[in-house]
Amino acid sequence: MEEILRVNGLSKKYEDLTVLDQLSMSVRSGEVVVIVGPSGCGKSTLLRTLNALESIDGGEVVLEGEVINPGNKNLSRVREKVGMVFQSYELFPHKTVFQNLTLAPLKVMKADKKETEKEALALLERVGLSSKKNSYPRQLSGGQKQRVAIIRALMMHPELLLLDEITAALDPEMVKEVLDVVLSLAKEGRTMIIVTHELQFAKAVADRMIFIDGGRIIEEGPPKEFFEHPRTDRLKKFLHSFSYEE
Amino acid sequence: MDAEVLRSYLPGYAEAFFLTIRIGWIGIALSFGIGILTAFVSYYKVPVLKRIAGVYVELFRNTPLLVQLFFIYFGLPKIGFSLSAEACGIIGLGLLGGSYMSESFRSGLDAISKVQTESALALGMTNFQVFWLIVFPEALSLSVPAIVANVIFLLKETSVFSAISLMDLMFTAKDLIGLYYNTTEALFLLVLFYILMLLPVSLIGSIAEKRARYKMLGV
Repeated sequence: MEEILRVNGLSKKYEDLTVLDQLSMSVRSGEVVVIVGPSGCGKSTLLRTLNALESIDGGEVVLEGEVINPGNKNLSRVREKVGMVFQSYELFPHKTVFQNLTLAPLKVMKADKKETEKEALALLERVGLSSKKNSYPRQLSGGQKQRVAIIRALMMHPELLLLDEITAALDPEMVKEVLDVVLSLAKEGRTMIIVTHELQFAKAVADRMIFIDGGRIIEEGPPKEFFEHPRTDRLKKFLHSFSYEE
Repeated sequence: MDAEVLRSYLPGYAEAFFLTIRIGWIGIALSFGIGILTAFVSYYKVPVLKRIAGVYVELFRNTPLLVQLFFIYFGLPKIGFSLSAEACGIIGLGLLGGSYMSESFRSGLDAISKVQTESALALGMTNFQVFWLIVFPEALSLSVPAIVANVIFLLKETSVFSAISLMDLMFTAKDLIGLYYNTTEALFLLVLFYILMLLPVSLIGSIAEKRARYKMLGV
């Protein structure tokens, strides 16, 4: 499959702290890459550099042949190709669920109104939220909000979807309803980069696992090997911190 | 109180009432524009303009309207700008109100998280679209209580217009007292007309506050 994203020697510093250290990776079309790592390891920063929400101090991000950096002139056009879902949902509180979905396609892509509305309804149906069409975000549960946030990103037909710890703020019983949506997206061949702490889910959804620590990729591989036969001590220790058995 | 006196004073008060409302609301509209502009400039940290906005806000928030009016009405003609009393009143109120509105908008803008902005950017919106479609309407909703308070405050501040011989409510009352010494009637009508002017604003304001809060926060 063709490569859709390439990251070359990406570096990022906050004053003296190195957040990303010469990090390189690539993602193929249709691939689901799950990134795990301890807090503060740079995984969220990495995700945010991929659509230029974060400036970089070295290296480059290339999406479908186009270099992405915050100084880019057609940044908004590049960002249309990269959907992003955040931990804190970030729906627009002054807009209804339906308006949240249609706003960007209509204003940014100047998409056809009828088509856009039809698509929004279909996506709402798909995630089981048709009845919430005219609700405001505050009237939804966390899980419902996050499902809306996911389909809001899909409305822009992104080539690549970035999910940044999208279940971290959810009550445990709502995690599954959100992850089920992600799983179904993976099945239909969406290209996704997912940062998560849900290792069970990672195992189920990932084509490739990446472990980041100290701003570098420490280990990567298919999920089965990654979880069952970790090669590095750091990954072993990290995986161990999730288990309670002796 | 003499009903006949009240009746004979009414037309004068009515005229002053409409003058006060006209100048008051034009001034408030001006303060709205100035407030949004300066809040925008300081929120987005526009170089140079940000400094100017900061000086402006502190200057006008920390001086009394009366002093500002004197400067505009008596000071500007000295350097060649002669304006009518009405124009001075509108400009004075607009500048004073602008500094208050600016702070109100800014508190609304500051309440919007960075991630909210980023989520709009991530959908491909330009900076201008993010401001116009997301940040501004949200900040406006959050600022409604402060804006309502400002509007009421500014309408009351119009009472110093009499100092630059604008025939507002206060001027009319002082004038009539000076002429006829019917202090009770004159002050009674003064209070009545101020309440007439401000009560609807308070009522509509509190409805607007409730609606904005419900929309944004659901309580």
